[in-house]
Amino acid sequence: MNIQSFWRDIRFLKILAQVIFILLLVLAAGYLYRNVSTNLARQGLAVGYGFLKNPASFGIGESFISYEPSDTYGRALLVGLVNTLVVSALGIVFTTIVGVLAGVARLSSNWLISRFAAAYVGLIRNTPLLLQLMFWYFAVIIQLPSVRDAIQLPGPIYLTQRGIYLTWAEATSTFSAWRVFLIIALISIPIIWYILRTAQRRASVPLSPWWTLAYIFVPAFIIWLGAILQPEPPLRPFVPELSGLNFKGGVRLTPEFAALLFGLVTYTGAFIAEIVRAGIQAVAKGQVEAARSLGLTSSQTLRLVVFPQALRIMIPPVTSQYLNLAKNSSLAIGIGYPDLFSIAGTTHNQTGAAIEIITIMMLSYLSISLFTSLLMNIYNKRIQLVER
Amino acid sequence: MTAIETSEVRPPVLAVGPLAWVRKNLFSSWYNVALTLLAIWLSYVLLKPAYQWATTEARWGVIEANLTLFMIGTYPRDQIGRVWLSIFLLAALIGLSWGVWKNAARGFAFIALGAGAAFILIALYFGWDVWDEWLISEAILLISYFIGRFLPRGALMATIAWLLYFPLVFLLIAGTRYIATLPPVPSNLWGGLLLTLLLTVVGNFGALPLGILLALGRRSKLPVIRYFSIGYIELIRGVPLITILFMASIVLALFLPIDVRPDLVIRAMIGFIIFEAAYQAENVRGGLQAIDRGQYEAANALGLSGTQTMVLIILPQALRAVIPALFNSFISLFKDTSLVAIIGLFEVVRISRSILAQSEWLGTHREVFLFAFMIYWLFNLAFTYGSRRMEEALGVGKR
Repeated sequence: MNIQSFWRDIRFLKILAQVIFILLLVLAAGYLYRNVSTNLARQGLAVGYGFLKNPASFGIGESFISYEPSDTYGRALLVGLVNTLVVSALGIVFTTIVGVLAGVARLSSNWLISRFAAAYVGLIRNTPLLLQLMFWYFAVIIQLPSVRDAIQLPGPIYLTQRGIYLTWAEATSTFSAWRVFLIIALISIPIIWYILRTAQRRASVPLSPWWTLAYIFVPAFIIWLGAILQPEPPLRPFVPELSGLNFKGGVRLTPEFAALLFGLVTYTGAFIAEIVRAGIQAVAKGQVEAARSLGLTSSQTLRLVVFPQALRIMIPPVTSQYLNLAKNSSLAIGIGYPDLFSIAGTTHNQTGAAIEIITIMMLSYLSISLFTSLLMNIYNKRIQLVER
Repeated sequence: MTAIETSEVRPPVLAVGPLAWVRKNLFSSWYNVALTLLAIWLSYVLLKPAYQWATTEARWGVIEANLTLFMIGTYPRDQIGRVWLSIFLLAALIGLSWGVWKNAARGFAFIALGAGAAFILIALYFGWDVWDEWLISEAILLISYFIGRFLPRGALMATIAWLLYFPLVFLLIAGTRYIATLPPVPSNLWGGLLLTLLLTVVGNFGALPLGILLALGRRSKLPVIRYFSIGYIELIRGVPLITILFMASIVLALFLPIDVRPDLVIRAMIGFIIFEAAYQAENVRGGLQAIDRGQYEAANALGLSGTQTMVLIILPQALRAVIPALFNSFISLFKDTSLVAIIGLFEVVRISRSILAQSEWLGTHREVFLFAFMIYWLFNLAFTYGSRRMEEALGVGKR
């Protein structure tokens, strides 16, 4: 084979292009590596993760796992990661509720309600999240009345500049005995599902939608039964009460946490509202007309025909909004909530370990993103159209 | 023949008119009545204290006292003419485009004219001395509209002018050692809306070429290039923007030779380009996927090479199809530039924070933040309007 035909062989050219590309990448990486090592040598630093075992010696405002300033940097970063995860998980739950409500309100036949929803969506979507977070924190929550003049909402919930105090439940001595009933109630849910599915398969017409209430009432009944069988109630309300200069009891949301959660939920909710609206509108009109002419009521049309189809359209964009919410929680640093990015920033300031910190940070966020999209993809597969 | 019983159906009493509208849209059923009442009550509860606060308690003086700071940050006040010159050039370009492309650019031209007129009125009302500059901008816009209408080869000229505009503005704002009338202005003095807009424009247009390459790479048949593109896009899209800005502001310097130390604004711009390229790659990929196979086959049949097919046939169509998506990413990057406040650049959000630290304006959080909201909101509204008119005129998504 002569050289000439070698150069004209498309298979050879393809391999050659890739080899050249890899060579260029290797060269670039080598160049960057050399720069990094000269720069680090000049600053007297070395890359390594040993600093993670050193004591962090800075305080963290709030954490969901135990933490002392004498703990290690590794522990501090873990605290940040848990804080990020907690606010993201709660945010995803609440933003779904807000988004679906606002999206449906946007389509309401009531003019005032749909204008309200449109104003909410338009104002929130066109301004930066960081500015909104700062507004909620500096201009709203911090300016709430002091603890003495707290605003009381039914619950009771107290709004103060030192945070939001919620009534919570407190376990009593009979709680552990009652736990058995909680587990039975949980187990009852798949059993109900199985019974209803079997009944549905035998029946010739769709079961009444009232049957779905069984998912709520049967477990609730078991839990209630468990509670009255105990000598004293297993839970008692844990009400925040003013004692001295502060509230005692209940659960306190710090101003930072409350502002971040509220900001993330309202921001992402506006985007989800648009997705919900577009999803419902995207269902072909003929589907509704066909359902109505088959004699389905308008609520049956919505529940059995429109919503399942709209859901298929909505899941992929909603997934990316969930991911955005988790990523946007990194803006917490703007209002001083100790999330992963904020603690990583402090760690960098103290140790100077820039490359290590950015690697840890990126890998953590990437894992959160990949895990969330994995879950949503599984769900997406389940509800996708099965064409036969 | 049996008589068919007919009953006369009277026309509905309330079919048209405001009362009918109210009845149909607000009180059509019992729950609609309840919802309407709830909405009215809610707006009363929320808006009344807000209105009272805005008209009595609020100290709007903080905005007037710091307006220049909001707009250009600490850019030297004796060099402010350079900012005005950029605005005049922009007005000329918008006018020119309006004259050349007519309908497509009309939305943006109307927005510019309207905004200019509003600024003149506001300036006259408050007695600020900037009304004449805005009047000049309006005049320039209108004059260049007529030039544009009669310019030979107008489309080409206008395209070239736009391409030259951004580097020229950058030169104007940054200045250079080599031109005596344009002394360099260090980038740590750039700020406010000026910096926000510079970051947005550079981030978007800088990322586009890289985004196109990544989109092509992701669809490449060569596995190495494909996996590299996928890896880059998914890595960048999987992490928050702030980590990329953190990397650009702190880690990037470690990867550069010792004598190369770009300043913070440039590093932030690099960060935005790295970030935005991944998102624009996905936009462009959407456009590429929308191209019919027949286009490739026809180009092949005509004897075009692979590169020629891409550059002459596929990319022009693909880019046209993704114009709305590119406009959307422009708006979202405009909002995202606020994140550089965290790494220490004085764009609109950070300027707001620094105004709040002035001793005479302590505690004016609401006024300052509301004004910053208004800047973003009005700009996005105007941009959305202009781009929608352009999409309609170009028939994007219809053809």
